[in-house]
Amino acid sequence: MNTLELLGKDPGWLTAVKGLIVFVICVLATLVSIVMERKIVSWMQMRIGPNRTGPGGSLQSLADGVKLALKEDIIPAAADRIVFVIAPVISVTACFMSFAVVPMTGVVNLFGHKTLLQLTDIPVGVLYILAVASFGVYGIVLAGWSSGSTYPLLGGLRSSAQVISYEVAMGLSLVAVFIYSGSMSTNAIIAAQHNWWFGVTLFPSFVIYAISMVGETNRAPFDLAEAEGELVGGFHTEYSSLKFALFFLAEYVNIIGVSALASTLFLGGYHALPGLGFTENWLGGWFTLIWFLAKVSFFFYIFVWLRGTLPRMRYDQFMKFGWKVLIPVSLVWIMIVSTLRLMSNNGASRVVVSSFAVGVVLVILTVMQFMESSKKKREIEDQLGDVLTPSFPVPELPTKKTDALNG
Amino acid sequence: MDNSLTPKSNDAGLVAAAKANTPIESQEASSFFKQLLGFWVTFVTQFKKANTVQYPEGKVPTEERFHGRHQLNRYEDGLEKCIGCELCAWACPADAILVEGADNTEEERFSPGERYGKVYQINYLRCIFCGLCIEACPTRALTMTNEYELADSSRAKLIFEKEDLLAPLRQGMLQPPHAMETGKTHIDYYLGNVKGAGQ
Repeated sequence: MNTLELLGKDPGWLTAVKGLIVFVICVLATLVSIVMERKIVSWMQMRIGPNRTGPGGSLQSLADGVKLALKEDIIPAAADRIVFVIAPVISVTACFMSFAVVPMTGVVNLFGHKTLLQLTDIPVGVLYILAVASFGVYGIVLAGWSSGSTYPLLGGLRSSAQVISYEVAMGLSLVAVFIYSGSMSTNAIIAAQHNWWFGVTLFPSFVIYAISMVGETNRAPFDLAEAEGELVGGFHTEYSSLKFALFFLAEYVNIIGVSALASTLFLGGYHALPGLGFTENWLGGWFTLIWFLAKVSFFFYIFVWLRGTLPRMRYDQFMKFGWKVLIPVSLVWIMIVSTLRLMSNNGASRVVVSSFAVGVVLVILTVMQFMESSKKKREIEDQLGDVLTPSFPVPELPTKKTDALNG
Repeated sequence: MDNSLTPKSNDAGLVAAAKANTPIESQEASSFFKQLLGFWVTFVTQFKKANTVQYPEGKVPTEERFHGRHQLNRYEDGLEKCIGCELCAWACPADAILVEGADNTEEERFSPGERYGKVYQINYLRCIFCGLCIEACPTRALTMTNEYELADSSRAKLIFEKEDLLAPLRQGMLQPPHAMETGKTHIDYYLGNVKGAGQ
């Protein structure tokens, strides 16, 4: 019986219970992940991190949540009151919604029913996630706009530009997965990774997705929407109390959401690591939930690791990287993948496939060589460029071009 | 005359500084894979011992010459060194010190010589712990301790009076006012020729 039918047989109350479970998992995961993030980042900086509230500081985010809820809720006089209140709700709703189609376990027994810990499965599940994720941007943009203040507005604009740019790359990186699994349903994609994870076979897609999911969630080093040094708090500068807590919650649920999607699409979802398949039957199948959470935690660790290592990018570098590197690379990669797929579907001989692969590698190498030499030529021209000597004394000019380091 | 304040040799410092200031060979960004080494740095650091001092429970002693709370010192027999000259107050860039001097009398003597500090206040809301007052003091009456826990709950409590600042009476010291040691002048005190009572 396929999962669509299995989920279709759920009675209404079971769907409600699942919805509650998903909600609770998300909120608990947020509480745990905030503490863990602070802990891991402090270890990376040779600090201890929160250690006052609860054993080892484990209740810190709970205490912070209570504190936030008890704080005074301020709505600025210049704010558009209705939109100001709705914005955080949109943000938080959107990221919870994306969890509806993520399967967290294999087939398990839930209150006497054979089902999956997944709210629903739809044939275009991943598209639905992408749609809902971009819907979440409205929360940020509207929050920035309705605050009636300059910095939040700039933060909101940045954030929308950022999410739109990286959504393109993200969508393109998923195309290869769709081509190889032949479906957009999350369960079908997991089933298609039975032999090899897409994270291995479609490694470039995996890398592009991993980068763009950081850009998509506004996380360091791409956290330009809330760059403290430039924009105070970005879009949530004017928010306080529970509304601010909602944005906080949304950010972390979003991270967990994209991590869950990454594990589903590239690391085999709730399935065990290769060679450990026998564990999937433990606890009546519930052990798969542990595998799922382990994979999500792995991605979350990557998020924290990035934050602990990299400085924030400059806005133009960030945009350049998105549009001039990620998108072209994923376009070329999709071309290659779809050609290979078409060849194998039409039963092309191994010689044809391998000669195509060699041809692709040669073309890429040639293009890289060409780009390298034209870059050198440009550098030489820059050095030889005549400099007007002004009549007043000026400091010595640097002999080497230094302002094109990373851009 | 051997001036011991002059450093014997400052070569070592200069050489080290010159070495540290080696010119940067290339201003280009490192290669991509070299930059990835940064991830290794943060990863390894996770397993290193944290530098954190769990402050209220655990304390690390300060450096020996740390600028902490002030102290008004005494001579070996308990007389105060402060002569109420107000040089510390004049030296203070933050205007944190208030001194009012008064005359010693033969019946009531607090310090050797003519004058003593009758009122001595340091306002720790103003003090910047620069130590200029210590440099200004002609009798070494004012020095700084290593005590740094100076937080309190009201502004008034942070104005330290003379009795808060005076050094405690040690072995052989007598609580002033009392007379100078017989046969000794304030110059003997200044030169350190006076030992504690009963010594």
